Amino acid sequence: MNATAPTGALNASRTTATAARVLRQLRHDPRTIALMIVVPCLMLVLLRYVFDASPRTFDNIGASLLGIFPLITMFLVTSIATLRERTSGTLERLLAMPLGKADLIAGYALAFGALAIVQSALATGLALWLLGLDVTGSAWLVLLVALLDALLGTALGLFVSAFAASEFQAVQFMPAVIFPQLLLCGLFTPRDRMHPVLEAVSDVLPMSYAVDGMNEVLHHADMTATFVRDVLIVAGCALLVLTLGAATLRRRTT
Amino acid sequence: MNNVADPPRPTAPDAVHADDLTVVRGSRTVLHHLRFTVPRGQITGLLGPSGCGKSTLMRAIVGTQAKVTGTLDVLGRPAGHPGLRSRIGYVTQAPSVYDDLTVRQNLDYFAAILDPARAASDRRGTVERVLADVDLTSHADALAGNLSGGQRSRVSLAVALLGTPELLVLDEPTVGLDPVLRRDLWNLFHDLAARGATLLVSSHVMDEAERCHRLLLMRDGRILADDTPDALRTRTGTDTVEDAFLHLVDEAATADASTTDRTKETSR
Repeated sequence: MNATAPTGALNASRTTATAARVLRQLRHDPRTIALMIVVPCLMLVLLRYVFDASPRTFDNIGASLLGIFPLITMFLVTSIATLRERTSGTLERLLAMPLGKADLIAGYALAFGALAIVQSALATGLALWLLGLDVTGSAWLVLLVALLDALLGTALGLFVSAFAASEFQAVQFMPAVIFPQLLLCGLFTPRDRMHPVLEAVSDVLPMSYAVDGMNEVLHHADMTATFVRDVLIVAGCALLVLTLGAATLRRRTT
Repeated sequence: MNNVADPPRPTAPDAVHADDLTVVRGSRTVLHHLRFTVPRGQITGLLGPSGCGKSTLMRAIVGTQAKVTGTLDVLGRPAGHPGLRSRIGYVTQAPSVYDDLTVRQNLDYFAAILDPARAASDRRGTVERVLADVDLTSHADALAGNLSGGQRSRVSLAVALLGTPELLVLDEPTVGLDPVLRRDLWNLFHDLAARGATLLVSSHVMDEAERCHRLLLMRDGRILADDTPDALRTRTGTDTVEDAFLHLVDEAATADASTTDRTKETSR
């Protein structure tokens, strides 16, 4: 691959260089890492003792949250990180260099994906073995769903950062984009018991499938067809939104 | 003051060639039918008051400006061509580096993006060279965010020097620097030009004009003059480029006024 190669195919070394750079930036900010890793664990502990008297409820909500936490954290971190990249001028600089947009996005996805693995592994391990969350299926499947959710969060964060002019706005996108999905994803009440209009809306929101996938693992020992469908939908949505996000990275701006 | 050596003879075609170049931002036309050339291997100063369109013109040349019409060829290719990306170094007015990385980590990353195929040891050598060029070797392991404004802008400049670019586009690189550093940077610019690079340097400080081989004087999105500093002073009968600029502005204003008068008369 020569240095002047234009965009298009993914360049492995540029992608890994970008991922390493993003992780290096985070390493200079240990407090953010600590918050990302510790807060989900603390929430699970809190939840466990809030539902001290009803372990079944903890199973249901806890499993759903194992999918929702990585989505929310990655959404926040990515939207702020890419917004900073846009406002600091480094994005313009990078796009004036021989860097493909796909390299940049894949680099971010790789870095935050790695972080999501650590976060999900800790949260899942804690929930399953220390807090007694009772999951019928395999812990690996829980981790897989959590990872895909993290990827979806990264994709959504990247996408909305294009519409935020400041960090204040970026943070406000969290209630705008995440809360409706949180209310409609079946966490609070099964989706088929919602008003039909809301149920229809929840059918097209990706978080519904993230939570649904977790519930499949919770209740079934084997990989069910529904689980496979859920996983594919979440992965497909993540890829779709990542592509939309790539379209918002413009080499030429006004 | 005047430390300009004899400009090298341009051998290759011009580094930048613009004809009828117009840029629109929103509903405003920022650059009006510009026509100019930037010769290779020289330092061309782009001078004019803040807001006259210098940065927009530079962004058009490096290919990050949208809504550019007319002809704009850079290093023999239309501006913005993907093949140009590794041949142009661009430094924006605000330093564009990662504040939460050290100076060296910043340079390592951009070096990896510019030329991923090169061996890491080679790249390290380049990083050391540009650190020395901008006199930041002693601050290599400091976080960019902890540096002073002038130091951060030098990190930004160092990034642009990484790929040994043929064309360097520097947007106000000496703003906020003390006189010693300013002199050192201008010496560096002359070194780079002597090594064959073409530099386009913007400034709104007119005394820097004397250090350029050629000047493009801009005002309100138009080019008032495209000449050497000496020729400008001779033509306008002034002692400094600043006076020459003022003279040209007045001249243009008078010309404007008379055309408006004429239009008024014809419309009557």
